[in-house]
Amino acid sequence: MNKDAAMRDSYGEVLVELGEENPDIVVLDCDVSHSTKTLFFAERFPERFFNFGIQEANMMDIAAALATVGLVPFANTFSFLATLRASEQIRTSIAYNNLNVKIVGSYGGLSDSYDGASHQAVFDLAVMRGIPNIKVVVPSDGVETKKAVRAIVATPGPVYLRLCRNEVPVFFDEDYEFTLGKANTLREGADLTLVVIGILLDRTMRALEELEGEGIHCRVLQVHTLKPIDHQAIAKASEETGALVTIEEHNIIGGLGSAVAEVLASSKPAPMERVGIPDKFAESGDYHQLLDKYGMSCRDIVNAAKKVLRRKLQ
Amino acid sequence: MTISLTQEKVKELEKIALQIRRMVVKMVFTAQSGHLGGSLSVAEIISVLYFSELRIDPRNPNWPDRDRLVPSKGHCAPAIYAALALRGFIDPECLTTLRQLDSILQGHPCMTSTPGIDMSTGSLGHGLSIGVGMALGGRLKRSNFLVYVLLGDGELNEGQNWEAAMAATKLSLSNLIAIVDRNRIQLDGPTEEIMPLEPLMEKWKAFNWNTISIDGHSVEEISDSIQWAKENQDRPSVIIANTIKGKGVSFMENTHKWHGRPPTREEYEMAIRELEGEIDE
Ligand SMILES: Cc1ncc(C[n+]2csc(CCOP(=O)(O)OP(=O)(O)O)c2C)c(N)n1
Repeated sequence: MNKDAAMRDSYGEVLVELGEENPDIVVLDCDVSHSTKTLFFAERFPERFFNFGIQEANMMDIAAALATVGLVPFANTFSFLATLRASEQIRTSIAYNNLNVKIVGSYGGLSDSYDGASHQAVFDLAVMRGIPNIKVVVPSDGVETKKAVRAIVATPGPVYLRLCRNEVPVFFDEDYEFTLGKANTLREGADLTLVVIGILLDRTMRALEELEGEGIHCRVLQVHTLKPIDHQAIAKASEETGALVTIEEHNIIGGLGSAVAEVLASSKPAPMERVGIPDKFAESGDYHQLLDKYGMSCRDIVNAAKKVLRRKLQ
Repeated sequence: MTISLTQEKVKELEKIALQIRRMVVKMVFTAQSGHLGGSLSVAEIISVLYFSELRIDPRNPNWPDRDRLVPSKGHCAPAIYAALALRGFIDPECLTTLRQLDSILQGHPCMTSTPGIDMSTGSLGHGLSIGVGMALGGRLKRSNFLVYVLLGDGELNEGQNWEAAMAATKLSLSNLIAIVDRNRIQLDGPTEEIMPLEPLMEKWKAFNWNTISIDGHSVEEISDSIQWAKENQDRPSVIIANTIKGKGVSFMENTHKWHGRPPTREEYEMAIRELEGEIDE
């Protein structure tokens, strides 16, 4: 536990493993295979790898068509391009027809940190969540990335998988069982629930320690499948702990915070606070400094937890 | 170019084209909604494809080795639905339900609603990419089906077509045939005013496609050009089919005014009289 691993490397590796097992897997990329690490697959299976150059919209439609003949296409590009430049193709050709395309957004969130706001994706989950038929999956580390990729191949239908560019601490053990659509309760606690998605899991666990030190006991609910969201686990957390904080590397509008609020609104509501990017574009810089500056520091999590607890006790 | 059709077959395909036109006008009149101009201009192309070229099986619409037709200009759905009914994919009775609640006939083609539709379309500019993917998929699956993509000329304004044109050449997709319905009119007016396309042949040539220009209302030329495309086994082919928007109904011809409006009862009756008159000739 806690050795760092680049999520994109884990992704590149599992694609090769799956390529060995399943001859129907084909991989598409748009001139960023060195970045997305589909390069590994390209080297191993050149006849099943297609580089379409800088043509994201074209690639997305081609992926849809490949699925119609029974192939399992992985369509790769940066998150912001997949979900904005090619989002109409995702809706029209992939989602509307419920085709078995795995859309992989590399460089999710602020993880393409030095390239700046032009390359960062803080809205992708909102866009994908609004399109019917698509499942939205966001792993928290390299181990979970591999499990998630295997799970989405085993489940027919369109998926958006959001990955982080950078090295993130490994949290999960190799024998961890990943179930699509089911949130993981990682810690028990009665005062409130920290609901977290993606790579902020590490920061959440550090914030948890600090809160424990102050006598605040949190449940930690890690959500890897944003859609369909684990309604039951969230409603239960709301009912049993009476307060929630959502933690995501995304605009606080439209992502995990919104999804959890939607569950609460139709179950047993409780006070809730959202940790995430406060509806702003970020900038170039060191990844971890950006996360700190744009509302996702351990301090932000601790403060949100204390605030929501105060609201609960009022 | 070889002559590929017998005179008998020519007569049959022309008759079907006319029948498609009558069905189109009736469908759009009944629904009081839909696209006449661009459905009438493709009648001969649709007739040749469905009744002479496409290897398809109405009893097995999802046959994996069937030829594919991507109706990229999806608003010509009425013409496609007419052909699907005549070819036995759908019950002709359901043509009156076009665009109504619970119908299998959506306003634009939907592959999950209608047997015989290979791809949902309606949003212009996707079909050529879809064709590239299907042609590539056919090759990967070692199936020898052909992929036809029916494009509007206005539709070619969308840049994605040219992405797809590049990709098709890169992949040497000789199993891909694009047909452009070159009726020279789009929604708002003439193509050369709204967004000029000429020189159109040269554009495709520059993308390294086999290129041919034909009379898109001649079933013989359509058929011959498809044979020509099939024989050119080195790369993708495009057939520029010169047509008349609204073809067959005099007052609907060559105008954008009939792009997307339904006829009144009077106009409908006039249109049908013209289309029936033609049959007796
Ligand atoms: C992406 C997109 N933009 C706009 C429209 C609205 N629209 C429907 S048909 C049409 C004109 C199409 O012209 P053309 O391709 O020449 O078709 P045709 O004249 O053969 O009917 C437009 C703009 C659409 N369906 N999709």
